[in-house]
Amino acid sequence: MTLKSASCATRGLCLRTMTELDQSCSVLREYGSEQSLLSKPDGSSTFVQGDTSILAGVYGPAEVKVSKEIYDRATVEVLIQPKMGLPGVRERTREQCVRETCKAALLLTLHPRSSVTVILQVIHDDGSLLSCCLNAACMALMDAGLPMSHLFCSVTCAISKEGQIIIDPTARQEKECRALLTFAIESVECNVLMSSTTGSFSVQELQQCIAISQKASEQIFQFYRDSVKRRYSKIK
Amino acid sequence: MAAGFKTAEPLEYHRSFLKENCRSDGRELGEFRPTTLNISSISTADGSALVKIGNTTVICGIKAELTMPPSDAPNKGYMVPNVDLPPLCSSKFRPGPPGEQAQAASQFIADVIESSDLINMEELCIEKSKLCWVLYCDIMCLDYDGNLLDACIIVLLAALKNAQLSEVTINKETDLAEVDIQKKKPLKINRLPVGSSFAVFDDSIIIVDPTAEEESLSTALLTVVTDEEDRLCAVHKPGGTSLSGEKLQHCINRAITRNKEISKLVGKYLSICPEVRRAIPAPL
Repeated sequence: MTLKSASCATRGLCLRTMTELDQSCSVLREYGSEQSLLSKPDGSSTFVQGDTSILAGVYGPAEVKVSKEIYDRATVEVLIQPKMGLPGVRERTREQCVRETCKAALLLTLHPRSSVTVILQVIHDDGSLLSCCLNAACMALMDAGLPMSHLFCSVTCAISKEGQIIIDPTARQEKECRALLTFAIESVECNVLMSSTTGSFSVQELQQCIAISQKASEQIFQFYRDSVKRRYSKIK
Repeated sequence: MAAGFKTAEPLEYHRSFLKENCRSDGRELGEFRPTTLNISSISTADGSALVKIGNTTVICGIKAELTMPPSDAPNKGYMVPNVDLPPLCSSKFRPGPPGEQAQAASQFIADVIESSDLINMEELCIEKSKLCWVLYCDIMCLDYDGNLLDACIIVLLAALKNAQLSEVTINKETDLAEVDIQKKKPLKINRLPVGSSFAVFDDSIIIVDPTAEEESLSTALLTVVTDEEDRLCAVHKPGGTSLSGEKLQHCINRAITRNKEISKLVGKYLSICPEVRRAIPAPL
C-alpha cells in the first residue's frame, strides 16, 4: 500500500497485522482524518476508511430545549444524515448506538442543563459505515474540546461464508458475508463499549472477532495520539 | 417509609438490594419474571399471540397480503415487522410519529428475522416475479415495564407458529390469483431465536430481565439472541459502560439457558389442541 503524500490533513498508515489466530487476515484499510475543517461547529472532523467517508460536526455545550433538559447532566443528541434521502429507521438505530457510546465517554455531569449535538453526514458508504461514524464522532468530540473519561474507536468484522474473519470490510464484502459485527472499544482497558451484530455466528467466532477488534483498535488509538500530537506541535 | 426512600433516592434504594444479591421485587440477579403466553388472541389476524413477561405486555398480529416480489429478490416474499409503543403503555411515550425507541426496536426485530433465518423467504413466493406473500407483523406494547426486546421476539415467534396462510393458485387463463380460504397451511419455522436482556449497574453488577425502573437507572443494557443450536443471532449493546470478555461470556451462557426454557414453553403450548389453548394461557 503506498503512503499518499500528506497534505494539511493527517493521514494514517495502512498497516498489515497478521494475528496469531487462524488464517484470519486483519488488514485495516487506509484511514485518515482531518480536524477543524468547518468554521461554525465547535468541533468538526472527517474520517476516511478506504472509500467510506464521514463528516462530523459537534455543537456543545449549548442551549437545550426545556422539554429535553436533564437537571444534572448534558443531553446528547446525534443526527446521522444519509447520502441520499431522509433519515429512516436504519439511521435511528445507528444514532442510538453512537449516542449511547458518546454518553458513556463524555463527562456529562460537568455541563448540566446543556446539550451536546453530534451531526454526522455520510459522504460515501463503502462498508463499515457505523465504525466510520463512531471514529469521526470521537475525533470531532476531541476537536471540540469536550471533557471525556476515555476515547473510543470502532472496528467492523465480517465473517465470510467459509468462516474467514475479514476486518474493516468493503460494501461488497459486507454483502457476501454471513455475519457482520461492529464493536466500539474504549481506550483505557480495551473493553467492548458497544456491540451491534447482524447474521448468525458461534460464541467462538464472537470471541475471536472481539480479540481481533481489540488488537486493531490499538492502531486506531495510536493514530488518534499521533494526529493530536502533530496538530498541537504546529501551534506555537 | 420505604416508598419515600425509593422516590427520593432510587439508585441508593436499588443498590441496597443489590448488596444483598437480590432485587427490589424479590428476584435473584439471574432470575426472569414469570412469562405467560396466549395464542390466537386476535381472531381477524392470520396469526397472533400475546406475551406477558412480568408486567410487560406485548401483542403481535400477523396479516398476510399478496403483492409483487421486490425486483432484487424476485423469488422471495418478505416480512415487515413494526414495533409500536403507544402512549397507552407508558407515560414516557408521547402520541405522534414513532419515537426513536420504537424505530430502533423495529429495526432490531427486522435484523433478528434476517440473521436467524426464521422463515425461508422462498416459501413465501407463489410465482416468481409475479406474486408473493408479504407478512405484516405488527407488534404493539400494551404495558411497558422493561425488557421490551425479549417480549417482542417471543411474541413474534409464537404468532408466526400460530399463523395459517391460505392456499393460492394462479389461474392460467385469466392470470389472476385465486385464494382458497378453506385450505390453510401453517408456516414452516426454521429456527427458534430467543432473546435475553441484561442491565449493568454501577459498571459491575449484571442483572437479568430489568424492569422499566432498573433500565432507567442502569449504566448499560445488553440483549443477546440465541437460537436452538446455541448460535448467536444478535449481540446488541447500544453503548453504555464497557463490559469485559468474561462478563459477556456469562451473559451468553445465561441466554443459552433461557433459550431452552422458552423453547419448551412455546413447543409444549403449541402441541396442545387449539380449543384448549384458547381457554388457558400457558404459564412458565
